[in-house]
Amino acid sequence: MKAPDVGWSPVSRPGPPDVTAAVVVAYLVRRIIGAVFLMVIVSMVTFAIFFLVPRLGGATADDLASRYVGKSAGPEQIHQMAVKLGFTKPLYEQYGDFASSVVRGADYDTGSGIEHCPAPCLGYSFITQNPVGPELLNRVPVTLSLAVGAAVIWVTFGVSTGVISALRKGSVFDRTAMSVALAGVSLPIFFTGLLSLSVLSYGLHLFPPGSSYTPITENPVQWAYDLTLPWITLAFLYAAGYARLTRSGMLETMNEDYIRTARAKGLPERTVVIKHGLRATLTPILTIFGLDLGLLLGGAVLTESTYSLNGIGKYAIDAITTNDLPKVLGVTLLAATFIVVANLAVDLLYAVVDPRVRLS
Amino acid sequence: MRHKRTAVGAAGAATLAVILAACGGSGGGTSGGSSGSSASGSSAGGSSGKAEFNAAVGKVYNASDAKGGTLRFANSGDWDSLDPADTYYAYSWDFVRLFGRSLVMFASAPGKDGAKLVPDLAESLGAPSDGGKTWTYKLRKGVKFEDGTVVTSKDVKYAVERSLDKDTFPNGPTYFNDSLDLQGYTSPYKDTSADKLALKAIDTPDDNTIVFHLKAPFSGFDYFAQLPSTIPVPRAKDTGTKYKEHVVATGPYMFETNNPGKDFSLVRNPNWDPATDPNRKALPDKITVQLNVNAEDIDNRLLAGDLDVDIAGTGVQPATQPRILADAAKKANADSALVARLWYTAVNGDVAPLDNIHCRKAVQYAADKTGYQRAYGGTTGGEIATNLMPPVISGAEQFDDYNAKASPSGDLEKAKSELQQCGQPNGFATNISYRAERPKEKAVAESLQQSLAKVGIKLTVKPYPTGDYFKLYAGKPAFAKANGLGLMVSGWGADWPDGYGFLEQIVDSRVIHAAGNTNLTVKDPAVDALIDKALGTTDTAAREKTWVDIDKKVMDDAFILPGVWAKGLLYRPPTLTNVFVTDGFQMYDYLALGVKK
Repeated sequence: MKAPDVGWSPVSRPGPPDVTAAVVVAYLVRRIIGAVFLMVIVSMVTFAIFFLVPRLGGATADDLASRYVGKSAGPEQIHQMAVKLGFTKPLYEQYGDFASSVVRGADYDTGSGIEHCPAPCLGYSFITQNPVGPELLNRVPVTLSLAVGAAVIWVTFGVSTGVISALRKGSVFDRTAMSVALAGVSLPIFFTGLLSLSVLSYGLHLFPPGSSYTPITENPVQWAYDLTLPWITLAFLYAAGYARLTRSGMLETMNEDYIRTARAKGLPERTVVIKHGLRATLTPILTIFGLDLGLLLGGAVLTESTYSLNGIGKYAIDAITTNDLPKVLGVTLLAATFIVVANLAVDLLYAVVDPRVRLS
Repeated sequence: MRHKRTAVGAAGAATLAVILAACGGSGGGTSGGSSGSSASGSSAGGSSGKAEFNAAVGKVYNASDAKGGTLRFANSGDWDSLDPADTYYAYSWDFVRLFGRSLVMFASAPGKDGAKLVPDLAESLGAPSDGGKTWTYKLRKGVKFEDGTVVTSKDVKYAVERSLDKDTFPNGPTYFNDSLDLQGYTSPYKDTSADKLALKAIDTPDDNTIVFHLKAPFSGFDYFAQLPSTIPVPRAKDTGTKYKEHVVATGPYMFETNNPGKDFSLVRNPNWDPATDPNRKALPDKITVQLNVNAEDIDNRLLAGDLDVDIAGTGVQPATQPRILADAAKKANADSALVARLWYTAVNGDVAPLDNIHCRKAVQYAADKTGYQRAYGGTTGGEIATNLMPPVISGAEQFDDYNAKASPSGDLEKAKSELQQCGQPNGFATNISYRAERPKEKAVAESLQQSLAKVGIKLTVKPYPTGDYFKLYAGKPAFAKANGLGLMVSGWGADWPDGYGFLEQIVDSRVIHAAGNTNLTVKDPAVDALIDKALGTTDTAAREKTWVDIDKKVMDDAFILPGVWAKGLLYRPPTLTNVFVTDGFQMYDYLALGVKK
């Protein structure tokens, strides 16, 4: 990728040679292999936490199974459940079954017949007795809608507020914005969420009640309307942080020599701020954005719980409270995937935002 | 029933936390405390249109026959399963009657009338023969599945057969597994016969007759026949663990949509014929249920009119209670109902010196009963329990062997005297366990710690994880004995409101296994003998008297320190019609509800 012409700033210094498509592909392949390796490690560690650690603590297969049988189950029934859930097999075999279900899918006994669950099946829930993969994928749209919508809002408002605050340092706008930002960072979602529901939804009836969600494919307008409150609540928290980050970054950048030089060159202020100032500030913001979005896609736990949105975060919480280990494992893997992918995307975007960075 | 498995960990933990939370809180405002029957149907059968506190307790509030509208439910957790073979929540048994018809059901009637069994799919209640070992039911004619197929006795037999398969349906009750003369039969899915109906314990001599053969006489078999597992299942449509995603309806409603873990909706079943069904009004046109909804949000939506019913039926959250009780207008839309649940502390005869009955009695006398009640939120949380069976249990009697009423904060003189007789005049030291994630049980342990210290009984509190409390700790006799758990805080809700449904699982010594027990401490052959006597008594009044005798004997043994008979504070939005609390499930009767359009 070619660096844009930015005049006499440090970023315009001659960089490494242009990257060819082959190099990009090789880089991507290397990163993807690394990501897959990372996922295997993550799945092994998570698996070990849930399946190996209890055994080291002395729990037998039947002890583990006793959580998943009904009331007044006798020892025989508990043992049958242990066999059904695979607890009686050696640990490596249990992990192998799980890994195989991710890669190849798996066949499950529904009692009345055998059901095939295509990859990535992610094992079989101990509680709902359904394959985890489809359940989880079914919830991705909710979390995706929530996270991406909120991200658009927080980046737009957070970064622009930060820039304006930095440019008008000490002004009323700056002070007000930074106070609101401080509140935004400090107030937990279960407070702002419940408060806005209580006032805006149940009090003034401006927004729909909790647990409202319409798929975007069904009705895009209703989708946006239903998600407006959750978006704002979630974005408020993040926008605040981004505004503060942008402001401090901009203040630092705008004091750099190259900015003074750019101004001295007679470049319009708009170009100085956006092309020279903001661009340099964006790199750390992009890094954090990648992590934030990746984490959120793995489940916006508090927002989803407060607004009763059945996304991945809510799924994770329910899985944990019911000891449904395959679900927890599935969510962990999915969340790890999102973070890895988001990081990869950020690394690729660096080159666009900051010409100093080259793929190497 | 659970108000589900008091005894189990995993899946029950979250729900039980909700139940627990719902039974506590602050503030007063109910008339309870002494009479015990204050909240349950004294004037059953009446009707009322005036919004006032407890207007739907014992009588119908906003009586109506107006059809139409959408009835909106929400559940703070997930459903254990919509499959009738695999469900064990009180609210679920209340709700499934909307789409499924079991042989027998609890009458859709307010107060005590709602605890009476009436025939549903069957023409009449069961006809016992062979001294109560054989039970025969005749099916009503003309009942159809939602696809128009006629329901036969074979569909009922198949439904019961599949409910026996605990590998496939682990959540459901095991009453049929335990009582039927199975002769090794385990599951229709392993049945090699062509029609999958090889179970010998159930005969279907013709399409309208079904006969159950039991291992031993059981006088209350009609309670088994009301279990959702007798709701017919067409074998051709049975998809095992996936059947819960589309249960084939026999009731007035059938599934329209079902998104597991998220929501589902029911619409009218065109093949339900009201002429075959004297029990159901079927007022709403549509029923929607949202799952996994934030519990506080449910309360807010109820109060704002955005929701009609909190399906769990255990009452509003503790934080919502004062908002309702302090506001006259909101309080007029609330009902405080006693439930068939006892919060209690088990006294362990395996741990010295509590093996001596006088030491156990000293605990009974010294305990501060008002402290116990305070731990559960005062009078809103429940009434001080003087014995085991809650007043909503059919035939229950109240008696007070340990002066809980006369000396609610503890009868120290009597306690000291019992300690003398026990040979421990200066008291003794022991441990008290509770479920770590339950602040109310912690409060109980601390209250008992304080009150028993007054007579020299020193308690060390021992919290254990809620999820494994019965499987690995308090419910595992070897662990409890080895760790000196002299007292164990617990609670129990009845599967159905009769003596057997409430007492059997907590006082019969023969149900004690190596682990996972709900009977933590009651081991008395005399109690077991009385239980056998009750099981063989077909005369209802005589049987109920025997259950009272059992209650008295366990209290006399002092194996259980009763704490609180739980209450729930239910909120009924003004949108609802035909609302009443039924003693059958101790919550609103979901079969009767209608909505103002």
